[in-house]
Amino acid sequence: MSELGSAPVPQPAAEDHCRGPAAAPTLIEYADFECPHCAALSLHLAGRPLRRVFRHFPVRSSHPRAWAAACAAEAAGRQGRFWEMHDRLFADQGRLEDPHLWERARTLGLDLERFDSDRRAAHVQARVRRDFESGVRAGVVTTPTVFIGAKMHAGRLESRTLDELSAAAY
Amino acid sequence: MIAPGTPVPEFTLRRENGDEFTLEDLKGQTTVLVFYPFAFSPVCTDQLNLYEEVLDEFKARGATLYAVSCDAGWSQTAFREKLGLTIPQLSDFEPKGSASRAFGVYHPGGFPQRALVIIGPDAVIKWSYQAPSPGDLPGANLIFDGLAV
Repeated sequence: MSELGSAPVPQPAAEDHCRGPAAAPTLIEYADFECPHCAALSLHLAGRPLRRVFRHFPVRSSHPRAWAAACAAEAAGRQGRFWEMHDRLFADQGRLEDPHLWERARTLGLDLERFDSDRRAAHVQARVRRDFESGVRAGVVTTPTVFIGAKMHAGRLESRTLDELSAAAY
Repeated sequence: MIAPGTPVPEFTLRRENGDEFTLEDLKGQTTVLVFYPFAFSPVCTDQLNLYEEVLDEFKARGATLYAVSCDAGWSQTAFREKLGLTIPQLSDFEPKGSASRAFGVYHPGGFPQRALVIIGPDAVIKWSYQAPSPGDLPGANLIFDGLAV
């Protein structure tokens, strides 16, 4: 039984997927790879001077392929290629079935056998679930949901908010 | 809406198979009633999808969760099946909204408020919550908080 009562969103930790300058404003996003608004947000965030922290929030009845895609990204992460897989999943959400995941892994030069074993492994599933549960505890109800400091932004993020945040980096 | 500590009033809802669901069905188990405005509406869809994802965690705490709306049972079943959910539906269709009124969550627009009610095995309200507006989706964390009270 997991602890699922209310709790603040966890601050970035060593096990999180982070990218961007360490000194830049931090944005924690809860997203899933089958969510079109998450893909759009990812595009909006690309190239901005922000430190991005990505956490999984797959809801299977909303997006049936999101859980497997999250595990595929984690499995790629086990070979040091999380963000490359992240970008490739969001770049083509019409292709998220197993053969498409294998193709991405092959293109990235991953050890395919290890990739396939890892993405089905209990520790990878638990990793995705841990992100999801931290989101539930923080009150996440939809994707994408972004935390900037203690403030939660659910759903589509306005460009103005991102502009203000990016401007704060200078 | 109905407050914690209040005994559950008499009410009648209908299960998806048309059978009655009444006060007697609450006794001996912890029940979570999720009142939602409309089958097939966007926020209700997100809400039930999210709760389905943690349904096992409600069960692990001995709680049975039901979704309640004023839609006809056929509509509720179609909604549940479309989403691929297992959360059982209870219909407050006829007399329309009578159970929602009994729990104090009937919206003047003719649908239930978005509200959560936890009922103990003694059929007394343990915890209740009404969203600030029907468009606001209460996180599942609130239900877990309520179950831990």
